[in-house]
Amino acid sequence: MSRLRIGIDVGGTNTDAVVVDQDGNVLASTKAATTLDPSDGIAAALKAVIEGIDKSHIKQAMLGTTHPANAIIQRKDLQQVGVLRLAAPSSLAIRPGAAWPKDLHATVIGPSAIIKGGYEYDGSEISPLDEQAVRDFAQKCKGVVNAIAVSCAFAPANYEQELRAAAIIAEELGEDFAVSLSHQVGAIGLLERENATILNASLFGVAKRVVDGFQSALLSHGLKVDSYLTQNDGTLMTAEEAIRLPILTVGSGPTNSMRGACALAKLSDALVIDVGGTSADVGILIDGFPRESSAAVEVGGVRTNFRMPDLISIGLGGGTLVREEDGGVRVGPDSVGYRVVTEALITGGSTLTLSDISTKGGRLDGFGDASKVSGVKDATVTAALAWVDEQVQILCDRMKASRTSLPLIAVGGGSHLVPDSIPGVAGVIRPAHHSVANAFGAAIAEASGAVDRVYRYEAEGRDACLDDAKRLATEAAIRAGADVDHVRITSVVEVPMSYLPGQGCRVQVKAAGPLAIH
Amino acid sequence: MRELTLEDLDDMVLGATLLGAGGGGDPYIARLMVRQAMEDFGSVMIASPDELDPDGLVLTTAVIGAPTVISEKVPAGPEFVGCVNSLAAYLGKKPVAIMPIEVGGMNTLIPIAVAAEMGLPVIDADSMRRAFPQIEMTVFTLAGIPASPMSVADEKGNVVVFQTTTNQVAEKLARASVMQLGMANGISCYPMTVKQVREFGIQGSMSYCVDLGRKLSAVQRGEAGAYDAFLEFSGGQKYFSGKVIDIDRRTTEGFAKGTLVVEHLTDPTRTMRIEIQNELLMAFEDGKPVVTTPDLICILDHENAQPITTETLAFGQRVDVIGLPCAPEWHQEGMLELVGPKAFGYDVPYTPMEGARK
Repeated sequence: MSRLRIGIDVGGTNTDAVVVDQDGNVLASTKAATTLDPSDGIAAALKAVIEGIDKSHIKQAMLGTTHPANAIIQRKDLQQVGVLRLAAPSSLAIRPGAAWPKDLHATVIGPSAIIKGGYEYDGSEISPLDEQAVRDFAQKCKGVVNAIAVSCAFAPANYEQELRAAAIIAEELGEDFAVSLSHQVGAIGLLERENATILNASLFGVAKRVVDGFQSALLSHGLKVDSYLTQNDGTLMTAEEAIRLPILTVGSGPTNSMRGACALAKLSDALVIDVGGTSADVGILIDGFPRESSAAVEVGGVRTNFRMPDLISIGLGGGTLVREEDGGVRVGPDSVGYRVVTEALITGGSTLTLSDISTKGGRLDGFGDASKVSGVKDATVTAALAWVDEQVQILCDRMKASRTSLPLIAVGGGSHLVPDSIPGVAGVIRPAHHSVANAFGAAIAEASGAVDRVYRYEAEGRDACLDDAKRLATEAAIRAGADVDHVRITSVVEVPMSYLPGQGCRVQVKAAGPLAIH
Repeated sequence: MRELTLEDLDDMVLGATLLGAGGGGDPYIARLMVRQAMEDFGSVMIASPDELDPDGLVLTTAVIGAPTVISEKVPAGPEFVGCVNSLAAYLGKKPVAIMPIEVGGMNTLIPIAVAAEMGLPVIDADSMRRAFPQIEMTVFTLAGIPASPMSVADEKGNVVVFQTTTNQVAEKLARASVMQLGMANGISCYPMTVKQVREFGIQGSMSYCVDLGRKLSAVQRGEAGAYDAFLEFSGGQKYFSGKVIDIDRRTTEGFAKGTLVVEHLTDPTRTMRIEIQNELLMAFEDGKPVVTTPDLICILDHENAQPITTETLAFGQRVDVIGLPCAPEWHQEGMLELVGPKAFGYDVPYTPMEGARK
């Protein structure tokens, strides 16, 4: 019996859904408009995609969604949060919420305190946890906020104190009081991790509504399946986990798109370009996962330390404006965006766009009326396409991880603009179903686990330290649902600690594997 | 004296990142610290040595430790104020001003937060005007001024005060203490009088840092002629625009060492190799040294002119390699032995930037 999965992706414009079999074949796909309440779009896409599918074969459903990201960007439906930091006397020079945008600070940050606690880099205590201070803080939050974010110095290395603080808060405010713990949310970098933990707690309400909406949509079609949400790194967490860790889903859209594109092309190492109406994003997949950005990622103007895909975006899309001036051509950066369907020359409009250029240049056909661009000068077409080709080449060049030449997978509504041959690129691939790459990426996602901590190589040796980190990451992946027999290490990053002897090294390891079948 | 404004602070952060020459720690945390200190204790004055009592005591402060640890064990305040006060108590004298040791990276800003809390001015001078990895790598060592007595403190109230025979021993004892005190500590060293600062220090470092940041900020905003103005102000030169094609990192004896290779943007036969030891120390084109320590090598993003630190260098980045001449105070007897290429183990002659200038 074939086991089927549903993948749904809620994007800014469209909500896509696919049904995929266990070999990765797309059995059905659909595109619906994203709705004001995204749950309506999810329900509509789900209804359409399972039409004619034997529901008894559907075992799992995966959702990738922009709800939490939009809630933060629009400052909508966010809860106010109590902020407790376990680190004193360290860290007192920078209070929680420093450098947050004023409006978001006012919306989200409630009572805050820095109390005694926290760990040193080697896992020993800065101070024992001040339990009375945790109780006092919990009482201060009672009736004022509905969630508390707890962040402890070096929690990635030791999170005993965070667990103890959570237990005390539960004693004071009840088991159901929502608590967000930093070691579950982010990696090394206390202030960034604390920011992410606060945002996470502020999203609890949004997350609950999303997951409830998703699960009730599934149930209304009689689908009693395991449900998951996709994370920033392209792996899964259970819907129940997602209610507690919604912040980990805010960057999942581009990741799903890239992983989906790669899997549709049946590749694990490739460049991916997603060309829409307004912009093109280029990323790179190594061993099936997007390379992550080393720069700090801002979410809604707040600095965090998430694992986010390293993407470069430029204003190059199907709706990008082309202007003839002074004997030359100027392309973009402005665009008619999704209105390309009415405003481009080929669609009966009066604006010269890259879609018109692509039609006249022979890259796009079957869209609009090609006779409408007969008046466009050949020199204009040549110049505009030369600009496109140069930009695509520069993007690929900047993204490549080494001199090795990789194939480029082109997806998205504007991907016709991508030329068939690019210097330094080993061929351009345009996979079938590329318009639903996001939903496909969600459907094929795996379970994962990660470790980020500081080791001292001189004490136990580099190999023993790396082995320990790999074991912890593997165990975490298995706890997250990965198949014991197929879990594998997907990335190992060592960052030596500068300025001090002792071979201290920050080690980040990730493991992932397909979901275990129960 | 001039008041340091919040606008100055933004420019100073940018200037400090540039003067970090790829290292020196991310000034982001230090900047948040300064903002809070100014909120809590009021603004800070930058004073020229000529405006202070020549016999008054000047004490330095800086953070010493590993940047990764500092990002997790965020500064508290008492580790800096504590080491300054302990050294003052040891000397039996109160300071009239605080001085940065290192105008470059996060240590440019820490003294400002400390000065705000202690209600003292920051003296407009330092001992490096760039980042260097070791305490003895200062113009004060060249002048024969001892780094000790010096103090190292943690946020809990533990303090050690050292008296050492050489600045090299001072460096060793400080590192050993830091290992035991949590790897994120305050240090105060090179106690001296205002007169000595006037005579032996690098003059105007803080103002230079702010002005340099302001010039670079104009470049980032794309103002016409800003790049030339920036290079003219600093005496700097753009040596290379290229793409990172190799970055090799390794750690030995507490140094994050590495080698960076950049291929020219338009002429792939030209490559530049840059040697890293926490900071960017040596730049070679086709095997020939073009910028060498103590002159500064700075890497800017080719697109937006943002300085890139060694930790965030990555394959494929398009970068400009800029050389900035070191502070003129460095050019004296003993410089090459202390901070020249040989001091870092490179068997290459120092190639002064002046010689390379057009």
